[in-house]
Amino acid sequence: MLFEGLSFALSAGESLELRGANGSGKSTLLRILAGLTRQHAGEVRYSGAGDEAGRHFLGHLDAVKPSETAIEQAQFWARYFGRPVAEADAAMKRVGLSSRNAVPGRGLSAGQKRRLALTRLLIEPRPVWLLDEPTAALDTEGRTLVGQLVAEHRARGGMVIAAVHGEGFAGSRVLDISGLKARAAK
Amino acid sequence: MSASFSVFARELKLAWSGGGGAALPVGFFAASASMTPFAVGAETAALQTAGPGVMWIALALSSLLPMERLFQADLEDGTLDAYAGSGVGMEGIALAKTLAHWIATGIPLAVLSPVLWIMLQGAPEQSGLIFAASLVGSLAFFFFGSIGAALAAGMRRGGLLIALVTLPLYVPTMIFGAATLDAAANGADWAGALMLTASASLFGIATAPFGAAMALRTAID
Repeated sequence: MLFEGLSFALSAGESLELRGANGSGKSTLLRILAGLTRQHAGEVRYSGAGDEAGRHFLGHLDAVKPSETAIEQAQFWARYFGRPVAEADAAMKRVGLSSRNAVPGRGLSAGQKRRLALTRLLIEPRPVWLLDEPTAALDTEGRTLVGQLVAEHRARGGMVIAAVHGEGFAGSRVLDISGLKARAAK
Repeated sequence: MSASFSVFARELKLAWSGGGGAALPVGFFAASASMTPFAVGAETAALQTAGPGVMWIALALSSLLPMERLFQADLEDGTLDAYAGSGVGMEGIALAKTLAHWIATGIPLAVLSPVLWIMLQGAPEQSGLIFAASLVGSLAFFFFGSIGAALAAGMRRGGLLIALVTLPLYVPTMIFGAATLDAAANGADWAGALMLTASASLFGIATAPFGAAMALRTAID
């Protein structure tokens, strides 16, 4: 078991930073919240629009296909979410990737792949964002961008739960899960 | 609905571009049929006896070849996480991916099969029937194969597991399909056997996506 005695509630417009050492279970907690991993015990409850169709999960893998061009992948997600394809162009501009539209996934740097993954958040507006180290591999400008996206999302009444190392988001609550390590005796 | 359909369209495009997954199975299928005269002898009678069985085995094994990569790439690059985390049912994703790969690889196999049939001294007037049988047969092979593909997706060298899990599921299609070809070669009534092959593929389409979805949810857990 990774952690126990964990409890928190988040309301609209709030964000929560998950902190803790490597291997303390931040990613696992996010996967549980996203419904990908089943928890051993306990309950995750979303009220209102926070059901499956109300969340975005951005894991530490970027889901970028090597042979598709960047814009094709953004357009795919637009179609996937049933959104107008034009949303893809707008999202690519917003994350500062529109100059790389025609580059296939294998030609993108790690930071650019991350930016491409971020377009999913913008293409389909959903109230709950679950982000696993969203600023990993990003440059200073990219980290500022993520901070802005999070702030705008919260201003619209959205919620963000993110695993972070280093600099966090302005005005965010912090949950350190290192101290919740399950006792081995149990 | 839009999600599954967009995945289907994307998979079809990915399968055709970038060297295509279809080349290896089609080459394998053509090679195994062209090797048969060297192995069983070039006499017309021998080829007509062994031909239908050999062709059907070759079709089954060629359909098994693309299975190792069916879900593996999506699992490794995080695409499956993104699909599952967006609240879209894995059943629709499995159905869309399997169907797209069958169109990209299974249909070329079926198109090639009448040529191989004639190479193995089959009657040219049966070509249409051979195409139809290979079409429904490969559909069954792909869908039953998708269960093994999903189970082995999280494993590094899952190919052997796919073969072990999938081959028993291939048995009904193997028997009915080979019986169809055999009846065609001997001028017997093939309609019943072809219907049973088609029913095996319908059963596969109806059930395999659920089995594959269950295995995929375990793989990303």
